Amino acid sequence: MTKITLTGQLVQYLFTGVTVGSIYAMVAVGFNIIYNVTDIINFAQGEFVMLGGLIMVFFTVTAKLPLPLAFVLTIAAVTGVGALMERFTIHPLKNASVLTMIIVTIAVSILFKGIAMFIWGKDPYIFPPFSGSKPLFIYGAAIQTQTLWVLFMTAVMVVLMTIFFKKTRYGKAMLACADNPEAARLVGIKVNTMVLISFALSAAIGAVAGAVMTPISLMEYDRGALLALKGFGAAVLGGLGSFYGAVVAGVLLGIIESMCAGLVSSGYKDAVALILLLLVLYVRPSGLFGNVEASKIKEF
Amino acid sequence: MPAKPTKLTQLAKLCVFSNVDMRSSNRKALFGLTLFLILFPLVAMNVSAIGHYVDIMIFVGIYCLINMGLSLLMGYAGQISLGHAAFFGLGAYTSGILCTKFSMSPWLAMIAGVGLTALVAYIVGVPSLKLKGHYLAMATLGFGVIVQIFFNEEVSLTGGPSGFSDIPGLSILGFSLDNDLSYYVLVWSLVLLTLIFSLNIIHSRIGRALRSLHDSQVAADAMGVETSRYKVMIFVLSAVYASIAGSLYTHYVGFLSPSSFDLFLSIKLVMMVVVGGMHNIWGALLGTWLLTFLGNEWLHVFHGFDILVYGAILLAVVMFLPDGLVHLVPRMSRVWKRG
Repeated sequence: MTKITLTGQLVQYLFTGVTVGSIYAMVAVGFNIIYNVTDIINFAQGEFVMLGGLIMVFFTVTAKLPLPLAFVLTIAAVTGVGALMERFTIHPLKNASVLTMIIVTIAVSILFKGIAMFIWGKDPYIFPPFSGSKPLFIYGAAIQTQTLWVLFMTAVMVVLMTIFFKKTRYGKAMLACADNPEAARLVGIKVNTMVLISFALSAAIGAVAGAVMTPISLMEYDRGALLALKGFGAAVLGGLGSFYGAVVAGVLLGIIESMCAGLVSSGYKDAVALILLLLVLYVRPSGLFGNVEASKIKEF
Repeated sequence: MPAKPTKLTQLAKLCVFSNVDMRSSNRKALFGLTLFLILFPLVAMNVSAIGHYVDIMIFVGIYCLINMGLSLLMGYAGQISLGHAAFFGLGAYTSGILCTKFSMSPWLAMIAGVGLTALVAYIVGVPSLKLKGHYLAMATLGFGVIVQIFFNEEVSLTGGPSGFSDIPGLSILGFSLDNDLSYYVLVWSLVLLTLIFSLNIIHSRIGRALRSLHDSQVAADAMGVETSRYKVMIFVLSAVYASIAGSLYTHYVGFLSPSSFDLFLSIKLVMMVVVGGMHNIWGALLGTWLLTFLGNEWLHVFHGFDILVYGAILLAVVMFLPDGLVHLVPRMSRVWKRG
């Protein structure tokens, strides 16, 4: 038996933290995309992740489809759910108050949770990791290969989003809506379509997060709320609306949480992220990385 | 020459029914509610099929206490809280712990619970209520989850996830409350008192200040209304309501565990207020009554997808009936009068 060294343990915690943090980062980016275009915080963001995980289970375990196909179908399905949500709940309530918008997205999240519980019941589900369950050993720490998939997918998402928002017409149009919807409308951008795309896109990212995390941490119907809360923590920490801020803050939050769980107390690990969220909200609502001016301009 | 009104007499005035000014509709509704509350146990206890409705009505009363505060906060002051289960839990746990571990008198423990909850609400409320909209919602949500984690983790104090039992019941002047009916009378008397108090607040200077806040904080500020003070005040008041409800819950149920005060309860409380109609305190009562009976009794038919039904109801009300079910009442009475 190999001796468990302190470095080994720390490397282990670090990897766990970065993995969990990448998930928070994806949730946070999902929040930011919708927030940037609509000024809405979508409380159902965590539910997209939950649906992503469970639908992936359905395609791989129940329908026995090959992994890449199941992955693509899962993203397509959840993207569709996101688009439906926008068309049937957000779109009809265009001029509602903030309080109403909060309650609508909460209602949708309860509805999704209820649908998931109706279909899958209360048990947690899992499907086999993408490339086998044999761990790698780095500095005495056992690393699941799925961890690398999580990191890879986060990186892919960051690159794709950057290209989308910097290079494509739709991406630029969405940024224009974020900056000034009236002006965007005047130059012929269909703001309604952009809002629809923002929901679809952020649902797609949620689906990716759910699909890659399920082999590591399982998935059940009521996981969404806490994921959303921590993802929101990451989004605020990184400066709401900031894309890179969200990724850095998400990973940071994951590492802090995992170090706390390993070295201090595992019971309070969930509380750490939330206390951090409250402190940031109270002391510096513009986030650690964004400054007040930048958070007004809302740039990715 | 009449004496200058002190803070205490002002407070006392808020508790008196004859001061329930107001449009006769409020008085009528109050009489109607009282009459219903008196008749209800007489009917329920003689019809065996609905005998246990008295038990459910006690829970309705307990949740009504919380939701009247939430209605003041959301409907009148325009601030959201997704963490009220935490205040409910703080009251409940303070009562439970002080009564079982320190054998304190339940009423003293209830007051201690109110004190502690008010303090926590003040400490959390001052920075939180500077936030707006989504930020406030998330901050209160986060606070609620932190408190629940605390209940789960402080095993020596709270019994951890499995909770603790054998909490003594209440007694008044030597009479111990040992059946459902006695708790029914206690809980609903408190609900009626709180309702009168709240209605008086709505029609007082504070109530006007709150409504001005709801419409436009900037305008209210400009007119010299101390908005931040009133917001915190009403937040603390609503936490106090929740704490009292928590103490009553503890003594009635006799058992506590963290799962009774989780995030979903916070959301369900907001749901009750919204479904009933958040701009009207009567709506909070209606929504609480409806959703509690749905959850405890009528949704058993839908076993396994009750959450789905909850979500659908909430969504339908917000989308198609944004003022809540209570808004249907004047509409129906107009139709009735037209014949």
